Amino acid sequence: MSAREVLERVGWRVVGKPVPRHDAWDKVLARTAYAADWEMPGMLVGKVLRSLHPSARIVRLDTERARSLPGVVAVLTARDVPRNTLWTDVPGQTTEVGPLRAKVHVLAEERVRYQGEPVALVAAESEELAEEALRAIEVEYDPVPGVFDPQEALSPGAPLVHSDSKSNLLARWTVRTGDVRGALARADVVVEGTYRTQFVDHAYLEPEAGVAWVDSDGVLTIRVATQVIEHFRDVADVLGLPHNKVRVIGTYLGGGFGGKEDVTVEVFLGLLAWVTRRPVKMVWTRQESLLARPKRHPFVMRYRTGALRTGELVAQEVELLADAGAYAFLSALVLLYASTTACGPYRVPNVAVDAQVVYTNNPPTSAMRGFGAMQVVFAYEQQMDRLARELGMDPVELRVRNGLRKGDRLPIGQVLETHVALPEVARRAWQALGPAQPPSGPHLRVGRGLACNLQPYGRIVWLHDWASAWVGFEMDGSVLIRAGVPDVGAGQASSLCQIAGEVLGVPLDRVSIHVSDSALTPLAGTTTATRQLMMSGNAVLRAATELREHVLRVAAQLLETTPVELQLDGHEVRTPDGRCVSLVRVLRECARVGVPRSAFATYHAPAGDPIDLDRGGGRVFPDFTYGAHATEVEVDTETGAIRVRRYVACHDVGQAINPQSVEGQIQGGAVMGIGYALMERVILDAGNNQTTSFSTYLIPTSMDVPDVIPLVLESGEGMGPFGARGIGEPPVGPPAAAIANAVYDAVGVRVTELPIRSEAVARALYELAGHNG
Amino acid sequence: MKERTRLSISFELNGSPRRIEVEAHRTLLSVLRDDLGTVDVKEGCDEGVCGTCTVLLDGRAVSSCLVLAPRVHGARITTLLGLSPDGRPHPLKEMFVRHGAVQCGFCTPGMVLTAYAFVRSHPQTTRQELRKALAGNLCRCTGYAKLLDAVEAYVREVCSVR
Repeated sequence: MSAREVLERVGWRVVGKPVPRHDAWDKVLARTAYAADWEMPGMLVGKVLRSLHPSARIVRLDTERARSLPGVVAVLTARDVPRNTLWTDVPGQTTEVGPLRAKVHVLAEERVRYQGEPVALVAAESEELAEEALRAIEVEYDPVPGVFDPQEALSPGAPLVHSDSKSNLLARWTVRTGDVRGALARADVVVEGTYRTQFVDHAYLEPEAGVAWVDSDGVLTIRVATQVIEHFRDVADVLGLPHNKVRVIGTYLGGGFGGKEDVTVEVFLGLLAWVTRRPVKMVWTRQESLLARPKRHPFVMRYRTGALRTGELVAQEVELLADAGAYAFLSALVLLYASTTACGPYRVPNVAVDAQVVYTNNPPTSAMRGFGAMQVVFAYEQQMDRLARELGMDPVELRVRNGLRKGDRLPIGQVLETHVALPEVARRAWQALGPAQPPSGPHLRVGRGLACNLQPYGRIVWLHDWASAWVGFEMDGSVLIRAGVPDVGAGQASSLCQIAGEVLGVPLDRVSIHVSDSALTPLAGTTTATRQLMMSGNAVLRAATELREHVLRVAAQLLETTPVELQLDGHEVRTPDGRCVSLVRVLRECARVGVPRSAFATYHAPAGDPIDLDRGGGRVFPDFTYGAHATEVEVDTETGAIRVRRYVACHDVGQAINPQSVEGQIQGGAVMGIGYALMERVILDAGNNQTTSFSTYLIPTSMDVPDVIPLVLESGEGMGPFGARGIGEPPVGPPAAAIANAVYDAVGVRVTELPIRSEAVARALYELAGHNG
Repeated sequence: MKERTRLSISFELNGSPRRIEVEAHRTLLSVLRDDLGTVDVKEGCDEGVCGTCTVLLDGRAVSSCLVLAPRVHGARITTLLGLSPDGRPHPLKEMFVRHGAVQCGFCTPGMVLTAYAFVRSHPQTTRQELRKALAGNLCRCTGYAKLLDAVEAYVREVCSVR
């Protein structure tokens, strides 16, 4: 019997209920210590010297004056780093992953490749002294020609970002199925479009921060805001220490969104604490964070889509070009997600995808919520809108007609094994917009748009993903969970409490959890890829189920019955005929007879080996979450200004473990997507970042967005605990396309470049008016 | 290091008198966090844009990164901790928890204080007015709807039944 079936038999207690998160109280009562709130006695302040040049040779780097300043304890350059290479790969992987393995220098050696690249580190007695030390480091740069556009970077003779590679091409992926040329030639309708997306920043409110110290037993410990406590291995590798001599304690994060997936402060802190043998704290300023952290990839996407008169899709030809910036980080993997989801949640028999990701001297790009599977939504959903208009079809009808079904194959050959809720999400989102509202002024036009998406949850299967968790009863009947899951603020830890509480019948105020400590909590992998509910959720479910079996077996002996009859309700174990024994008594009996009062379990996700995308026929992802967003916008025909008036976001989450958290993820994700659609962009001028503050890098405020209406569908067919699907990333995908489609509906302007700026809409309207005479 | 003007200032922090010596150029934010350990005040942008470091200065919500510390001499400063003076959670905080308005929690201290100060001076406020009042406090997680739900519920259920 599956866990879901058990629950349906005994009744749900806490799973599926909108219970307040345990960490919410800590947060409103100011009991949560974020990374920057931590202090140690005798602590030094660490800072990073960063290159102001996007492309230059370091001619001279002299730290002597800085080193000699009173109160300056350490000044480090690349020469002082035992192993100056950081491998940005996926922790715990078991398969060789080719271009997915990439290297980054900890500190720049003889060359800087982007503005903000770390060049030196200092540790000093105070922040002011540390800043003075940075100013005292003498660096002489010789600027060399850089390349700032991926297309130019591919042209012959372009300056090489990495002189040890033959070209600036970092990775290439292709997907081939059927005969795309022939099918396009036979199609009744072919629509074409080129779409461009921008660099954006995660813009979490908590800047990167941490504190490191060397324990009395010689273990380097780093308390840090991170989505990946497994970076303890990277720190150890850089320092040349055994992995078991470095410990990372992850804090509750003030937001991550993928930006705290790559190493941030931890390697710098590790170096400075190891060298100085004193605690060191490092907190990046907002300017530093916006300048130097990897961004979301800008994409150029060329699409040709062919359909029959009936609306049936027959072919899609896709070219993707992405900007990796100066270092690879996770770019090859991001591009893989884009290539393999480039046709969206639709059945397309003939597909050719050619994707390239290219080095430039722009800031590096890496993971950000949606991870490559979201940029393509902007393209494929406008293609669907174009087709619907060309064919005179209802936008919902066109999508439902072509929507993938359970048992269908994606163009990569992967068979969809779980429910595909595309028709439901599309219909429900569109209907929820309600009756059309008139414009609120004379120069305003109202329009509506729809966009659907599929987003993988869980790591690609050839990384053989796993997560572990420990669940135990204390002698008073309270429950403790240990799980190495970083909580980025999406409720990761709280969901695990709900799962264990449900299985063990213990009220939530009797369940507590330790998370995110590489030394003391079983490793659970990264909080990325929308994977933790599936991974750690299943691990906790297994452990709790095993623990329940132990306890009920002993209770059954005490009650002289069989375990299957028994009910466990947190205080006592009962038989159907009303006899009972207290839980505390059962636990004592377990201790006496030597039955474990805890369980440790590991969940292994579906695994597979890398596939040949050219020939298809394999599985890349464990599963997908499907969604549809519908919006009503109002466009000012004089200024081009766009106001989002209504916004509905519908996703099949399989089973909501906590409906309130699910809604929060959907609303927050949709608003991040609306920001991506309308205002967010990192402005670069030949690699020079012009948006390094929150007054120039704009994210939505409460005045910029309407209340997003979340619609939660529960098909029960996800691979997570109780049939849950991941919901962290999926809601950021559709907004840009939904809004672009709505703008077209309102004023007939097809916006193909993000963000959709009012100037561009106004210009297009002007041209449209002129063209029409 | 250059000699800098130092000033002795006294003010009330969450109901307790404090007297410290600070350099004249220091911000209230850095004095609260670094000198007084009041780390419930968070630092988000250090330029008065994100609202994360909001505190109440004589009952008015201000960005503490834009206030020079000497300015608070003789003033009353309230941080999130000070909003539970008797140790019981303020009802506004309970609304934040109940309505799921807390996700990563980093904007929470500033958001709660801004909402508290606004509602105190506008006890009959509407959702649209709240939207405007909270516009100076960025939140990257919630999408704002649940924050507005929480404050609206506080206005409706707590403020209007006095």
